Amino acid sequence: MSTPVIEVKGLRKTYGPNAAVDGLDLTVNKGEIFGLLGPNGAGKTTTILLMLGLTEASEGEIRVLGHDPFREPLAVKQRVGYLPDAVGFYDNMTARENLAFMARLQDMPSSTAQMRIDEALLRVRLAHVADKRVATFSRGMRQRLGIADILVKGAELAILDEPTSGLDPQSTQELLDLIVKLASEGMTVVLSSHLLSMVQSICSRVALFNKGKIGLIGKVSDLAGEVLGGSYVIETVADGCDIAAVTRGIDGIGNVSMSNSGVVRIDATRDVRGEVAKAIVEAGGMLKQMSMDRSDLDEVYARYFERMDSYAA
Amino acid sequence: MQRKGSPFTGLASVAMKEAADHMTSPRMHLVMLLILLTALGSIYGALGEIKSTVSEDPFIFLRLLTTAKQPLPSFVTFLGFLLPLIGIALAFDGINGEYSRRTMSRILSQPIYRDALLAGKFLGGLLVIGICLVTLWLLITGMGILMLGLPPSGEEILRGLTFLLVSLAYAGVWLAISLFFSTVFKSPATAALAGLTLWMVFTLFWGMIAPLAASGIAPADPFNQMSIIHQAEVGQAIARISPNTLFNEATIAILNPQTRSLGLVFAYQMERAVMGMPLPFGQSALLIWPELSGLLAAMVVVYTAAYVTFQRQEIRA
Ligand SMILES: Nc1ncnc2c1ncn2[C@@H]1O[C@H](COP(=O)(O)OP(=O)(O)OP(=O)(O)O)[C@@H](O)[C@H]1O
Ligand SMILES: [Mg+2]
Repeated sequence: MSTPVIEVKGLRKTYGPNAAVDGLDLTVNKGEIFGLLGPNGAGKTTTILLMLGLTEASEGEIRVLGHDPFREPLAVKQRVGYLPDAVGFYDNMTARENLAFMARLQDMPSSTAQMRIDEALLRVRLAHVADKRVATFSRGMRQRLGIADILVKGAELAILDEPTSGLDPQSTQELLDLIVKLASEGMTVVLSSHLLSMVQSICSRVALFNKGKIGLIGKVSDLAGEVLGGSYVIETVADGCDIAAVTRGIDGIGNVSMSNSGVVRIDATRDVRGEVAKAIVEAGGMLKQMSMDRSDLDEVYARYFERMDSYAA
Repeated sequence: MQRKGSPFTGLASVAMKEAADHMTSPRMHLVMLLILLTALGSIYGALGEIKSTVSEDPFIFLRLLTTAKQPLPSFVTFLGFLLPLIGIALAFDGINGEYSRRTMSRILSQPIYRDALLAGKFLGGLLVIGICLVTLWLLITGMGILMLGLPPSGEEILRGLTFLLVSLAYAGVWLAISLFFSTVFKSPATAALAGLTLWMVFTLFWGMIAPLAASGIAPADPFNQMSIIHQAEVGQAIARISPNTLFNEATIAILNPQTRSLGLVFAYQMERAVMGMPLPFGQSALLIWPELSGLLAAMVVVYTAAYVTFQRQEIRA
C-alpha cells in the first residue's frame, strides 16, 4: 500500500577527501512527513540538494518520484517543491509577482496561476500583503511565502530545509499545523530541522544523521526505545533515601541518573511510577515530586550523540 | 551525461523578467541618462559643424554620427566608450546576485535548466540594449530631420541599421564579459570592478599596449622594409584583440562609405581607385564582415566560458 516517493541507495557525496554524505539508504513513502535530524554539518542540506538534482552524487542511486533527479531534473522538479533554508525572494517585486514568476517558469497558464496564487496566499495568511513588496516582509512572512510557492506549484513532494528556523513559537506552531494539513491532503513532506520537539510532534518517521551517515531511522517512539533503553522517563525528587538503590529490583527500569538540581531521572520501558513511589516510601524516603514524560526526541538526540562521542573518544 | 527535456523551457520567462527589471532599475536609468546627454551634446555639436563646413554631402545623416566638434568627441566615439559601460552595468550582478538574494536554489528547483537562466539573463540584457540603441537612433534621426530639413536616404538607413547591429554585437561582448565575471566572482562589487578594469585596459591602454607588444614580438629592422610591415601587421592583430578596436574599425567603414580598407594599404592597391568615391553598401558590408564576425565570435566564446563556469557551480543558496 505504501508507494515509495524517494528511494536512496548507497548515496555518497564527497568534497575533496571529505564525505558530506557517506553511504545513505533511505526510503520515504507517499503521504509521510519525514524528518531529517542531525547536528550542524551532518549532511542534511547536502542530502536535500542531491534529492533535487542541484548537485551531482559521487556514488549511489536516488529516485525521486521514480526519476533520477540529476538525469531527468525537469521531470522531478515539475512535481517537487523546495523551500531552502534562508529562503530568498526578489525584494523589488510584490509577493504576488514573485509567485507569478515562478509559475511562469513552470509553464503554468496565467489564469490557472492567478487562481492558485490567490488560493495559496489565503492559505498561508498573506492575502492582505499580496501586493506589497517582499522587501517589507518579516522572516516568518518570507517563510510562509516560500510555502505558498510550493502550494502554487501543486507539488506532490515538498522538501523543506529547516522550515522553522528563525521563527517565533507561535509562527512555528502555525507552520507546523500547515504542514500537517498539507500532508493530510496527500502531500509527502521531507523536512530537516534542529527543533526536535517539533519534528517529534509532526513527523511520522525520522532519520538521525551523524557525519554523513544515518545513525538511526524509524518512528520516534521506536528510536526512544532503541537509544534510551525505554520509552518512558520518570523524574522524581525525594529526600532521605537513595533512589537508585531502592528501585534496583523493580522490573522494567533502565538507567537511573541524578541531575545537579537533585532531580532523579529514571528511564523505563513501562509506567513504573506506582512501584517507584512505593519503594521510596517503604525505604523511609520523603517523596516530594514525581512526573512522567514519554521520552522525547530531545533525549534520544542528546543520548545518541553522547554515545557516538564516547565511541569516538 | 544525458538530459531529457528542452533546455529552452523558461528561457522566455527569464529573459522577459530580466528585461523588465532592467527597464525599471535606477541603474539603467542613470546609464541611459548619461548616454542621452552625451548623444545630445555630440549630435548638437555635429549639427553645428556640418552646417558651417559641409555644403553638400550625400551621407549627411551619417556625418551626424561621426563628426566631432572640439572639444567633444563624435557620437560613435562616445558610444564606443559607453556601450561597454551599459553591458557591464546590466550584468555584473547577474548570477552572483541570485546567490546573494538566495533566490538561486528556488529558481533552479523550478523545472528549468541552468542554460535557460544564463541565456535568459543574457538575452534579456541584449534586448534592453537593443531597445535603447534603436530609440537612440530614432531620436538622432528625428533631430537630424528637424535641424537639417531633409529625410535620410535609403542607403543611410541601411548603413544606420548595420551600425546598430555592430553596436549591439559590441555591447553583447561586454554583456557576456560582465556575466562571466558575475559567475566567477561571488561578490557583485568584485565582478563590477573586474569588468571596469578590463574596460579601462581595452579603451584606454590597449592603443599603447598593442604597438609595444608588437615591437617585442616582431622587432623591426629599420633597413628591412618587410620587417617594418610585419611589425605593423602584428601590432594590428594585437590591437584587434580588443573589442573596441573591432567596433571602431567597423563603424568607420560602415559610416564613412569612402573607407576602402581597414588595414595597411599599399599604393599599388589604390591604383585606378577613384579617391573619395563612396563604396556601395554591399562593399562596405563586406569590408566590416571580419570585424562583425570577430565581435560575434568573442561574444560566443565569453558566453561559453560563463556557461561552463556556471554549470559546474554548486547551488547552495
Ligand atoms: N561546497 C562544499 N565544499 C566542501 N565541503 C562542503 C561544501 N558544502 C558542504 N560541505 C561540507 O559538507 C558537510 C555537510 O554539510 P550540510 O550543509 O549538508 O550540513 P547540514 O546537515 O545541512 O548542516 P546544518 O544543520 O548546519 O544546515 C559539512 O561538513 C560541510 O562542511
Ligand atoms: Mg543545512
